[in-house]
Amino acid sequence: MTAATGTRLVDPALFTSGADVRLRGSTCSDCTATTFPAGSSCPRCGSEAMTAVTLPGTGTIWSFTVQHFEPKPPYRADGEFAAYGVGYVDLGPVIVETRLTETDPGRLHIGDQVALRLVPAFTDPDGTQVLTFAFGPGAGEGDR
Amino acid sequence: MMRVAIVGIGIHPFGRTEGVSGRAQGAFAARAALADAGLRWQDIQFAFGGSYSAGDADSLVSDLGLTGAPFMNVANGCATGGSALNAARNAILSGQHDLGMVIGFDKHPRGAFNTDPASLGIGDWYGETGLMLTTQFFALKIQRYRELHGISTQALAAVAEKALANGALNENAWRREPHSRQSILDSAMVNYPLTQYMFCSPGEGAVALVLARGDSAHRYPATPVFIEAAVMRTRRYGSFEVFSPCLSPQAAPGPTAEAAAATFEAAGLGPRDIDVAQVQDTESGAEIMHMAETGLCKDGEQEHLVLSGATRIGGAMPVNTDGGCLANGEPIGASGLRQVYENVLQLRGQAGPRQVPGEPKTGFTQVYGSPGVSACTIVTR
Repeated sequence: MTAATGTRLVDPALFTSGADVRLRGSTCSDCTATTFPAGSSCPRCGSEAMTAVTLPGTGTIWSFTVQHFEPKPPYRADGEFAAYGVGYVDLGPVIVETRLTETDPGRLHIGDQVALRLVPAFTDPDGTQVLTFAFGPGAGEGDR
Repeated sequence: MMRVAIVGIGIHPFGRTEGVSGRAQGAFAARAALADAGLRWQDIQFAFGGSYSAGDADSLVSDLGLTGAPFMNVANGCATGGSALNAARNAILSGQHDLGMVIGFDKHPRGAFNTDPASLGIGDWYGETGLMLTTQFFALKIQRYRELHGISTQALAAVAEKALANGALNENAWRREPHSRQSILDSAMVNYPLTQYMFCSPGEGAVALVLARGDSAHRYPATPVFIEAAVMRTRRYGSFEVFSPCLSPQAAPGPTAEAAAATFEAAGLGPRDIDVAQVQDTESGAEIMHMAETGLCKDGEQEHLVLSGATRIGGAMPVNTDGGCLANGEPIGASGLRQVYENVLQLRGQAGPRQVPGEPKTGFTQVYGSPGVSACTIVTR
Protein backbone atom coordinates (compact mmCIF):
# COMPACT_ATOMS: atom_id res chain seq x y z
CA MET A 1 0.00 0.00 0.00
CA THR A 2 1.65 3.22 -1.12
CA ALA A 3 0.54 6.78 -1.76
CA ALA A 4 0.22 7.28 -5.53
CA THR A 5 1.52 10.26 -7.52
CA GLY A 6 -0.57 13.39 -6.93
CA THR A 7 -1.31 12.32 -3.41
CA ARG A 8 0.21 12.92 0.00
CA LEU A 9 -0.30 11.53 3.49
CA VAL A 10 -2.14 13.83 5.90
CA ASP A 11 0.87 13.69 8.26
CA PRO A 12 3.86 11.52 7.30
CA ALA A 13 4.79 11.15 10.98
CA LEU A 14 1.74 8.92 11.48
CA PHE A 15 3.00 6.32 9.04
CA THR A 16 5.98 4.08 8.47
CA SER A 17 8.02 4.82 5.39
CA GLY A 18 8.50 2.25 2.67
CA ALA A 19 6.29 0.40 0.25
CA ASP A 20 3.97 -1.20 2.81
CA VAL A 21 2.49 1.70 4.74
CA ARG A 22 1.56 0.96 8.35
CA LEU A 23 0.80 3.15 11.35
CA ARG A 24 3.88 4.28 13.22
CA GLY A 25 3.74 4.27 17.01
CA SER A 26 6.29 4.27 19.76
CA THR A 27 7.08 1.94 22.64
CA CYS A 28 8.66 2.87 25.93
CA SER A 29 11.93 1.07 26.53
CA ASP A 30 11.40 1.33 30.30
CA CYS A 31 7.79 0.23 30.80
CA THR A 32 6.74 -1.14 27.35
CA ALA A 33 3.71 1.18 27.02
CA THR A 34 2.86 1.79 23.36
CA THR A 35 1.47 5.04 21.95
CA PHE A 36 0.07 6.30 18.69
CA PRO A 37 1.20 8.62 17.19
CA ALA A 38 4.86 8.13 18.09
CA GLY A 39 5.78 10.37 21.02
CA SER A 40 8.95 11.64 22.64
CA SER A 41 7.94 10.73 26.18
CA CYS A 42 5.92 7.97 27.78
CA PRO A 43 2.46 8.92 29.09
CA ARG A 44 2.63 6.10 31.62
CA CYS A 45 6.01 6.52 33.28
CA GLY A 46 7.40 9.78 31.88
CA SER A 47 10.47 8.12 30.38
CA GLU A 48 12.02 9.71 27.30
CA ALA A 49 13.37 6.37 26.03
CA MET A 50 10.75 5.94 23.30
CA THR A 51 11.43 3.77 20.26
CA ALA A 52 9.46 3.92 17.02
CA VAL A 53 7.45 0.78 16.27
CA THR A 54 5.35 -0.42 13.34
CA LEU A 55 1.83 -1.15 14.54
CA PRO A 56 -0.13 -4.20 13.35
CA GLY A 57 -2.23 -3.65 10.22
CA THR A 58 -5.26 -5.52 11.55
CA GLY A 59 -7.25 -5.46 14.74
CA THR A 60 -10.76 -5.58 16.20
CA ILE A 61 -13.32 -2.82 16.71
CA TRP A 62 -13.21 -1.73 20.37
CA SER A 63 -15.90 0.93 20.07
CA PHE A 64 -17.58 2.84 17.25
CA THR A 65 -19.85 5.72 16.33
CA VAL A 66 -20.81 7.60 13.19
CA GLN A 67 -20.17 11.32 12.65
CA HIS A 68 -23.56 12.51 11.42
CA PHE A 69 -22.95 16.29 11.32
CA GLU A 70 -20.24 18.29 9.58
CA PRO A 71 -17.50 19.39 11.99
CA LYS A 72 -16.25 22.97 12.02
CA PRO A 73 -12.76 23.80 10.70
CA PRO A 74 -9.98 22.71 11.03
CA TYR A 75 -11.97 19.74 9.64
CA ARG A 76 -11.35 19.58 5.88
CA ALA A 77 -13.38 17.68 3.29
CA ASP A 78 -14.30 17.92 -0.38
CA GLY A 79 -17.79 18.90 -1.50
CA GLU A 80 -20.97 18.12 0.36
CA PHE A 81 -20.60 16.57 3.80
CA ALA A 82 -21.01 12.81 4.01
CA ALA A 83 -21.28 10.96 7.34
CA TYR A 84 -18.22 8.93 8.30
CA GLY A 85 -17.51 6.18 10.79
CA VAL A 86 -15.21 6.71 13.78
CA GLY A 87 -13.97 4.09 16.15
CA TYR A 88 -11.25 2.71 18.35
CA VAL A 89 -9.50 -0.35 16.97
CA ASP A 90 -7.62 -2.71 19.29
CA LEU A 91 -4.32 -3.49 17.60
CA GLY A 92 -2.92 -5.48 20.53
CA PRO A 93 -0.23 -3.28 22.08
CA VAL A 94 -2.41 -0.16 21.73
CA ILE A 95 -5.99 0.87 20.92
CA VAL A 96 -6.02 3.47 18.11
CA GLU A 97 -8.71 6.05 17.30
CA THR A 98 -9.48 5.99 13.59
CA ARG A 99 -11.87 6.67 10.79
CA LEU A 100 -13.95 3.62 9.85
CA THR A 101 -14.90 2.98 6.24
CA GLU A 102 -18.35 1.69 7.29
CA THR A 103 -20.93 4.43 7.93
CA ASP A 104 -23.97 2.28 8.81
CA PRO A 105 -24.01 1.65 12.58
CA GLY A 106 -26.14 -1.43 11.95
CA ARG A 107 -23.18 -3.01 10.17
CA LEU A 108 -20.63 -2.14 12.86
CA HIS A 109 -20.06 -4.43 15.84
CA ILE A 110 -17.57 -4.35 18.68
CA GLY A 111 -15.18 -7.25 18.16
CA ASP A 112 -15.36 -7.21 14.35
CA GLN A 113 -12.07 -7.83 12.51
CA VAL A 114 -10.85 -4.80 10.57
CA ALA A 115 -7.78 -3.89 8.56
CA LEU A 116 -5.84 -0.71 7.82
CA ARG A 117 -6.30 1.15 4.54
CA LEU A 118 -5.59 4.60 3.17
CA VAL A 119 -8.63 6.68 2.24
CA PRO A 120 -9.01 10.15 0.67
CA ALA A 121 -9.67 12.80 3.33
CA PHE A 122 -9.63 16.05 1.33
CA THR A 123 -7.90 17.76 -1.60
CA ASP A 124 -5.28 20.49 -1.29
CA PRO A 125 -5.77 23.75 -3.28
CA ASP A 126 -3.11 22.53 -5.77
CA GLY A 127 -5.14 19.38 -6.52
CA THR A 128 -3.09 17.01 -4.38
CA GLN A 129 -5.31 14.36 -2.86
CA VAL A 130 -4.65 13.99 0.87
CA LEU A 131 -4.87 10.48 2.32
CA THR A 132 -5.52 9.44 5.88
CA PHE A 133 -5.79 6.11 7.66
CA ALA A 134 -8.99 4.22 8.20
CA PHE A 135 -10.02 0.71 9.15
CA GLY A 136 -12.49 -1.40 7.24
CA PRO A 137 -13.73 -4.97 7.05
CA GLY A 138 -11.54 -7.87 6.00
CA ALA A 139 -7.85 -8.65 5.88
CA GLY A 140 -7.23 -5.59 3.68
CA GLU A 141 -4.18 -4.35 1.89
CA GLY A 142 -2.36 -3.91 5.18
CA ASP A 143 -1.96 -7.69 5.44
CA ARG A 144 -0.93 -8.27 1.86
CA MET B 1 -12.22 20.96 62.91
CA MET B 2 -12.77 24.13 60.96
CA ARG B 3 -15.40 23.94 58.23
CA VAL B 4 -16.33 26.25 55.38
CA ALA B 5 -19.92 27.30 54.81
CA ILE B 6 -21.74 28.54 51.73
CA VAL B 7 -23.64 31.57 53.05
CA GLY B 8 -24.75 33.20 49.81
CA ILE B 9 -25.72 31.97 46.36
CA GLY B 10 -26.53 33.82 43.14
CA ILE B 11 -27.29 32.79 39.58
CA HIS B 12 -27.87 34.44 36.22
CA PRO B 13 -30.35 32.41 34.16
CA PHE B 14 -28.70 29.89 31.85
CA GLY B 15 -29.36 29.69 28.12
CA ARG B 16 -29.05 32.50 25.61
CA THR B 17 -29.32 36.10 26.81
CA GLU B 18 -28.86 38.34 23.79
CA GLY B 19 -27.12 41.63 24.45
CA VAL B 20 -25.78 40.63 27.88
CA SER B 21 -22.08 39.76 28.01
CA GLY B 22 -20.74 36.82 29.98
CA ARG B 23 -19.00 39.28 32.30
CA ALA B 24 -22.28 41.11 32.93
CA GLN B 25 -23.92 37.79 33.76
CA GLY B 26 -21.08 37.11 36.20
CA ALA B 27 -21.59 40.48 37.88
CA PHE B 28 -25.34 39.79 38.08
CA ALA B 29 -24.71 36.47 39.85
CA ALA B 30 -22.18 38.09 42.19
CA ARG B 31 -24.65 40.79 43.25
CA ALA B 32 -27.36 38.15 43.77
CA ALA B 33 -25.04 36.07 45.97
CA LEU B 34 -24.07 39.15 48.01
CA ALA B 35 -27.74 40.06 48.48
CA ASP B 36 -28.51 36.49 49.53
CA ALA B 37 -25.79 36.70 52.19
CA GLY B 38 -26.76 40.21 53.27
CA LEU B 39 -23.33 41.52 52.28
CA ARG B 40 -21.75 44.16 50.07
CA TRP B 41 -18.84 43.56 47.69
CA GLN B 42 -16.74 45.71 50.01
CA ASP B 43 -17.10 42.98 52.66
CA ILE B 44 -15.53 40.31 50.44
CA GLN B 45 -11.87 39.66 51.32
CA PHE B 46 -10.90 37.57 48.28
CA ALA B 47 -12.29 35.87 45.21
CA PHE B 48 -11.52 33.03 42.81
CA GLY B 49 -13.27 32.90 39.47
CA GLY B 50 -13.08 31.89 35.87
CA SER B 51 -14.60 31.73 32.43
CA TYR B 52 -13.50 29.81 29.36
CA SER B 53 -14.52 32.21 26.62
CA ALA B 54 -16.13 35.29 28.19
CA GLY B 55 -13.18 37.24 29.53
CA ASP B 56 -11.09 37.49 32.68
CA ALA B 57 -13.05 36.94 35.89
CA ASP B 58 -10.90 39.40 37.83
CA SER B 59 -12.07 42.21 35.55
CA LEU B 60 -15.43 41.99 37.38
CA VAL B 61 -13.94 44.26 40.04
CA SER B 62 -14.52 47.12 37.57
CA ASP B 63 -18.25 46.42 37.91
CA LEU B 64 -18.44 45.37 41.56
CA GLY B 65 -16.06 47.93 43.03
CA LEU B 66 -12.31 48.46 43.13
CA THR B 67 -11.60 47.40 46.71
CA GLY B 68 -8.06 46.08 46.31
CA ALA B 69 -9.10 42.57 47.35
CA PRO B 70 -7.10 39.72 45.78
CA PHE B 71 -8.98 38.12 42.86
CA MET B 72 -7.46 35.02 41.30
CA ASN B 73 -8.37 33.89 37.79
CA VAL B 74 -8.85 30.15 37.39
CA ALA B 75 -8.54 28.56 33.96
CA ASN B 76 -8.99 24.81 34.29
CA GLY B 77 -11.30 23.84 31.46
CA CYS B 78 -14.46 22.11 32.59
CA ALA B 79 -13.10 21.92 36.15
CA THR B 80 -12.79 25.72 36.38
CA GLY B 81 -15.69 26.13 38.81
CA GLY B 82 -14.67 23.13 40.89
CA SER B 83 -11.06 24.27 41.04
CA ALA B 84 -12.08 27.82 42.02
CA LEU B 85 -14.33 26.48 44.77
CA ASN B 86 -11.56 24.20 46.01
CA ALA B 87 -9.04 27.03 46.09
CA ALA B 88 -11.42 29.39 47.87
CA ARG B 89 -12.30 26.77 50.45
CA ASN B 90 -8.62 26.12 51.09
CA ALA B 91 -7.95 29.84 51.48
CA ILE B 92 -10.45 29.89 54.35
CA LEU B 93 -9.36 26.55 55.84
CA SER B 94 -5.78 27.80 55.91
CA GLY B 95 -6.83 30.73 58.06
CA GLN B 96 -5.69 33.24 55.45
CA HIS B 97 -9.17 34.68 54.95
CA ASP B 98 -12.61 34.52 56.57
CA LEU B 99 -14.97 35.48 53.77
CA GLY B 100 -14.67 35.13 50.00
CA MET B 101 -16.45 34.64 46.73
CA VAL B 102 -16.31 32.05 43.94
CA ILE B 103 -17.59 33.11 40.52
CA GLY B 104 -18.00 31.21 37.28
CA PHE B 105 -19.54 32.56 34.08
CA ASP B 106 -19.41 31.96 30.36
CA LYS B 107 -20.89 32.77 26.99
CA HIS B 108 -20.04 30.40 24.14
CA PRO B 109 -20.76 30.70 20.43
CA ARG B 110 -23.46 28.42 19.05
CA GLY B 111 -22.61 24.88 18.01
CA ALA B 112 -20.24 22.23 19.30
CA PHE B 113 -17.05 23.29 21.06
CA ASN B 114 -14.21 23.71 18.61
CA THR B 115 -10.90 22.92 20.26
CA ASP B 116 -7.53 23.55 18.66
CA PRO B 117 -5.57 20.26 18.59
CA ALA B 118 -2.31 22.14 19.14
CA SER B 119 -3.56 23.41 22.52
CA LEU B 120 -3.56 19.76 23.66
CA GLY B 121 -0.32 18.77 21.94
CA ILE B 122 -2.07 16.85 19.13
CA GLY B 123 -1.15 17.27 15.44
CA ASP B 124 -3.27 19.16 12.90
CA TRP B 125 -4.23 15.86 11.24
CA TYR B 126 -6.53 15.04 14.17
CA GLY B 127 -8.76 18.02 13.52
CA GLU B 128 -8.40 17.96 9.72
CA THR B 129 -9.62 14.37 9.49
CA GLY B 130 -12.61 14.98 11.74
CA LEU B 131 -11.60 13.27 14.99
CA MET B 132 -11.45 16.39 17.22
CA LEU B 133 -15.04 16.32 18.48
CA THR B 134 -16.21 15.94 22.06
CA THR B 135 -19.53 14.49 20.85
CA GLN B 136 -17.66 11.59 19.20
CA PHE B 137 -15.90 10.79 22.44
CA PHE B 138 -19.11 10.59 24.42
CA ALA B 139 -20.67 8.34 21.78
CA LEU B 140 -17.60 6.09 21.69
CA LYS B 141 -17.51 5.90 25.48
CA ILE B 142 -21.18 4.99 25.92
CA GLN B 143 -21.01 2.49 23.04
CA ARG B 144 -18.19 0.67 24.78
CA TYR B 145 -20.04 0.92 28.10
CA ARG B 146 -23.27 -0.40 26.57
CA GLU B 147 -21.39 -3.40 25.20
CA LEU B 148 -19.99 -4.21 28.65
CA HIS B 149 -22.95 -3.29 30.87
CA GLY B 150 -26.10 -3.53 28.75
CA ILE B 151 -27.58 -0.03 28.70
CA SER B 152 -30.50 0.37 26.26
CA THR B 153 -31.28 3.30 23.99
CA GLN B 154 -34.56 3.58 25.97
CA ALA B 155 -32.49 4.31 29.08
CA LEU B 156 -30.48 6.94 27.18
CA ALA B 157 -33.72 8.60 26.12
CA ALA B 158 -35.16 8.35 29.66
CA VAL B 159 -32.22 10.35 31.04
CA ALA B 160 -32.95 13.21 28.63
CA GLU B 161 -36.70 12.93 29.28
CA LYS B 162 -36.07 13.37 33.03
CA ALA B 163 -33.64 16.25 32.49
CA LEU B 164 -36.09 18.19 30.36
CA ALA B 165 -38.95 17.46 32.80
CA ASN B 166 -36.81 18.85 35.65
CA GLY B 167 -35.76 21.81 33.51
CA ALA B 168 -39.42 22.67 33.01
CA LEU B 169 -39.60 23.16 36.81
CA ASN B 170 -36.52 25.41 36.92
CA GLU B 171 -37.02 29.11 36.15
CA ASN B 172 -33.30 29.53 35.50
CA ALA B 173 -33.01 26.62 33.03
CA TRP B 174 -32.51 27.05 29.28
CA ARG B 175 -34.64 24.13 28.05
CA ARG B 176 -38.00 24.38 29.82
CA GLU B 177 -40.16 22.25 27.54
CA PRO B 178 -40.71 18.57 28.40
CA HIS B 179 -40.17 16.05 25.63
CA SER B 180 -41.43 12.48 25.35
CA ARG B 181 -38.97 9.63 25.24
CA GLN B 182 -40.04 8.89 21.68
CA SER B 183 -39.45 12.45 20.45
CA ILE B 184 -35.97 12.32 21.99
CA LEU B 185 -35.24 9.06 20.17
CA ASP B 186 -36.67 10.54 16.95
CA SER B 187 -34.60 13.77 17.06
CA ALA B 188 -31.64 14.10 14.68
CA MET B 189 -28.83 11.57 15.13
CA VAL B 190 -25.66 13.42 16.20
CA ASN B 191 -23.21 10.62 16.92
CA TYR B 192 -24.77 7.17 16.99
CA PRO B 193 -26.42 6.16 19.36
CA LEU B 194 -26.84 9.70 20.71
CA THR B 195 -29.49 12.01 19.27
CA GLN B 196 -29.76 15.79 19.39
CA TYR B 197 -31.96 15.93 22.51
CA MET B 198 -29.60 13.59 24.35
CA PHE B 199 -26.85 16.25 24.14
CA CYS B 200 -26.41 19.50 25.99
CA SER B 201 -25.26 22.57 24.07
CA PRO B 202 -22.61 25.14 24.88
CA GLY B 203 -24.51 28.08 26.34
CA GLU B 204 -24.38 31.02 28.73
CA GLY B 205 -24.86 31.60 32.40
CA ALA B 206 -23.21 32.54 35.67
CA VAL B 207 -23.13 31.40 39.30
CA ALA B 208 -21.54 32.98 42.35
CA LEU B 209 -21.15 31.60 45.86
CA VAL B 210 -20.16 33.40 49.06
CA LEU B 211 -17.97 31.27 51.34
CA ALA B 212 -17.35 31.93 55.03
CA ARG B 213 -15.68 30.31 58.03
CA GLY B 214 -18.06 27.70 59.37
CA ASP B 215 -18.00 29.14 62.88
CA SER B 216 -19.37 32.43 61.53
CA ALA B 217 -22.10 30.88 59.38
CA HIS B 218 -24.87 31.67 61.89
CA ARG B 219 -24.36 35.40 61.24
CA TYR B 220 -25.88 35.14 57.76
CA PRO B 221 -29.60 35.06 56.96
CA ALA B 222 -29.88 31.73 55.10
CA THR B 223 -29.57 28.18 56.44
CA PRO B 224 -25.83 27.52 56.20
CA VAL B 225 -24.66 24.66 54.00
CA PHE B 226 -21.21 23.26 54.70
CA ILE B 227 -18.64 22.07 52.16
CA GLU B 228 -17.49 18.79 53.70
CA ALA B 229 -15.12 17.94 50.87
CA ALA B 230 -14.05 19.24 47.45
CA VAL B 231 -11.55 17.28 45.34
CA MET B 232 -10.26 17.69 41.79
CA ARG B 233 -8.34 15.03 39.84
CA THR B 234 -6.75 14.67 36.41
CA ARG B 235 -6.58 11.47 34.37
CA ARG B 236 -4.29 8.53 34.93
CA TYR B 237 -2.65 6.37 32.29
CA GLY B 238 -5.21 3.87 31.01
CA SER B 239 -8.37 5.90 31.50
CA PHE B 240 -10.59 6.62 28.49
CA GLU B 241 -10.68 10.37 27.94
CA VAL B 242 -11.79 12.89 25.37
CA PHE B 243 -9.32 13.70 22.53
CA SER B 244 -7.29 10.49 22.86
CA PRO B 245 -5.67 9.38 19.58
CA CYS B 246 -4.86 6.13 21.39
CA LEU B 247 -5.86 4.22 24.51
CA SER B 248 -4.01 1.69 26.62
CA PRO B 249 -5.27 -1.90 26.59
CA GLN B 250 -4.71 -1.82 30.36
CA ALA B 251 -7.79 0.09 31.54
CA ALA B 252 -7.65 2.33 34.61
CA PRO B 253 -10.43 4.15 36.45
CA GLY B 254 -11.19 7.65 35.15
CA PRO B 255 -10.58 10.88 37.07
CA THR B 256 -14.22 10.90 38.18
CA ALA B 257 -13.85 7.59 40.03
CA GLU B 258 -10.75 8.88 41.80
CA ALA B 259 -12.14 12.31 42.61
CA ALA B 260 -15.40 10.84 43.90
CA ALA B 261 -13.71 8.24 46.09
CA ALA B 262 -11.40 10.87 47.57
CA THR B 263 -14.35 13.21 48.17
CA PHE B 264 -16.35 10.55 50.03
CA GLU B 265 -13.31 9.60 52.09
CA ALA B 266 -12.55 13.20 53.03
CA ALA B 267 -16.19 13.78 54.03
CA GLY B 268 -16.41 10.53 55.99
CA LEU B 269 -19.54 9.64 54.04
CA GLY B 270 -20.48 7.01 51.49
CA PRO B 271 -22.61 7.11 48.35
CA ARG B 272 -25.59 5.70 50.28
CA ASP B 273 -25.54 8.75 52.56
CA ILE B 274 -26.24 11.13 49.64
CA ASP B 275 -29.80 12.53 49.43
CA VAL B 276 -29.43 14.48 46.15
CA ALA B 277 -26.76 14.30 43.42
CA GLN B 278 -25.78 16.45 40.46
CA VAL B 279 -23.49 14.71 37.97
CA GLN B 280 -21.99 15.74 34.63
CA ASP B 281 -24.54 14.98 31.91
CA THR B 282 -22.91 16.39 28.80
CA GLU B 283 -25.14 13.82 27.16
CA SER B 284 -27.42 11.06 28.41
CA GLY B 285 -24.72 8.42 28.46
CA ALA B 286 -22.45 10.58 30.62
CA GLU B 287 -25.05 10.72 33.40
CA ILE B 288 -25.42 6.94 33.27
CA MET B 289 -21.67 6.26 33.32
CA HIS B 290 -20.97 8.90 35.97
CA MET B 291 -23.61 7.42 38.29
CA ALA B 292 -21.45 4.31 38.49
CA GLU B 293 -18.06 6.04 38.37
CA THR B 294 -19.03 8.16 41.37
CA GLY B 295 -20.16 5.07 43.30
CA LEU B 296 -23.82 6.08 43.45
CA CYS B 297 -24.64 2.69 41.88
CA LYS B 298 -22.89 -0.30 40.33
CA ASP B 299 -22.15 -0.71 36.62
CA GLY B 300 -25.29 -1.85 34.85
CA GLU B 301 -27.71 -0.93 37.65
CA GLN B 302 -28.48 2.34 35.88
CA GLU B 303 -30.77 0.62 33.39
CA HIS B 304 -33.28 -0.25 36.12
CA LEU B 305 -32.70 2.91 38.18
CA VAL B 306 -33.33 5.22 35.23
CA LEU B 307 -36.27 3.35 33.72
CA SER B 308 -37.96 2.82 37.10
CA GLY B 309 -37.85 6.55 37.91
CA ALA B 310 -35.47 6.17 40.88
CA THR B 311 -33.38 9.10 39.61
CA ARG B 312 -36.38 11.44 39.30
CA ILE B 313 -37.04 14.12 41.91
CA GLY B 314 -39.39 11.91 43.93
CA GLY B 315 -37.25 8.78 43.49
CA ALA B 316 -34.85 7.03 45.83
CA MET B 317 -31.77 8.60 44.19
CA PRO B 318 -32.60 12.02 42.69
CA VAL B 319 -30.01 12.97 40.04
CA ASN B 320 -29.70 16.32 38.26
CA THR B 321 -32.75 17.87 39.88
CA ASP B 322 -32.28 21.22 38.10
CA GLY B 323 -32.24 19.56 34.68
CA GLY B 324 -28.45 19.22 34.56
CA CYS B 325 -26.43 20.28 31.55
CA LEU B 326 -29.09 18.78 29.28
CA ALA B 327 -31.63 21.41 30.35
CA ASN B 328 -29.23 24.20 31.35
CA GLY B 329 -26.61 23.99 28.64
CA GLU B 330 -22.92 24.12 29.39
CA PRO B 331 -21.29 27.46 30.04
CA ILE B 332 -17.97 25.89 31.02
CA GLY B 333 -16.94 28.35 33.73
CA ALA B 334 -20.33 28.25 35.45
CA SER B 335 -21.36 24.63 35.03
CA GLY B 336 -19.69 23.07 38.07
CA LEU B 337 -20.89 25.88 40.34
CA ARG B 338 -24.47 25.50 39.04
CA GLN B 339 -24.44 21.98 40.49
CA VAL B 340 -23.38 23.29 43.91
CA TYR B 341 -25.95 26.11 43.69
CA GLU B 342 -28.69 23.51 43.10
CA ASN B 343 -27.59 21.39 46.05
CA VAL B 344 -27.56 24.43 48.34
CA LEU B 345 -31.11 25.29 47.24
CA GLN B 346 -32.21 21.69 47.84
CA LEU B 347 -30.59 21.54 51.29
CA ARG B 348 -32.11 24.88 52.26
CA GLY B 349 -35.52 23.59 51.14
CA GLN B 350 -35.81 26.46 48.64
CA ALA B 351 -36.02 24.48 45.39
CA GLY B 352 -39.73 25.18 44.92
CA PRO B 353 -41.56 22.91 42.47
CA ARG B 354 -38.48 20.71 42.07
CA GLN B 355 -37.77 20.37 45.80
CA VAL B 356 -36.60 16.86 46.72
CA PRO B 357 -39.02 15.59 49.39
CA GLY B 358 -37.85 14.46 52.83
CA GLU B 359 -35.68 17.47 53.72
CA PRO B 360 -32.40 16.37 52.09
CA LYS B 361 -29.34 16.84 54.28
CA THR B 362 -26.50 15.80 51.96
CA GLY B 363 -25.67 16.75 48.39
CA PHE B 364 -23.03 15.46 45.95
CA THR B 365 -21.70 17.07 42.77
CA GLN B 366 -19.40 15.84 40.01
CA VAL B 367 -18.21 17.82 37.00
CA TYR B 368 -16.15 16.25 34.19
CA GLY B 369 -14.54 17.56 31.08
CA SER B 370 -11.68 17.96 28.67
CA PRO B 371 -8.94 16.80 28.66
CA GLY B 372 -9.80 14.34 31.42
CA VAL B 373 -10.50 16.33 34.59
CA SER B 374 -13.10 15.82 37.27
CA ALA B 375 -14.08 17.73 40.41
CA CYS B 376 -16.49 16.55 43.11
CA THR B 377 -18.02 18.12 46.22
CA ILE B 378 -20.13 17.01 49.15
CA VAL B 379 -22.24 19.55 51.01
CA THR B 380 -24.31 19.03 54.16
CA ARG B 381 -26.52 21.05 56.46
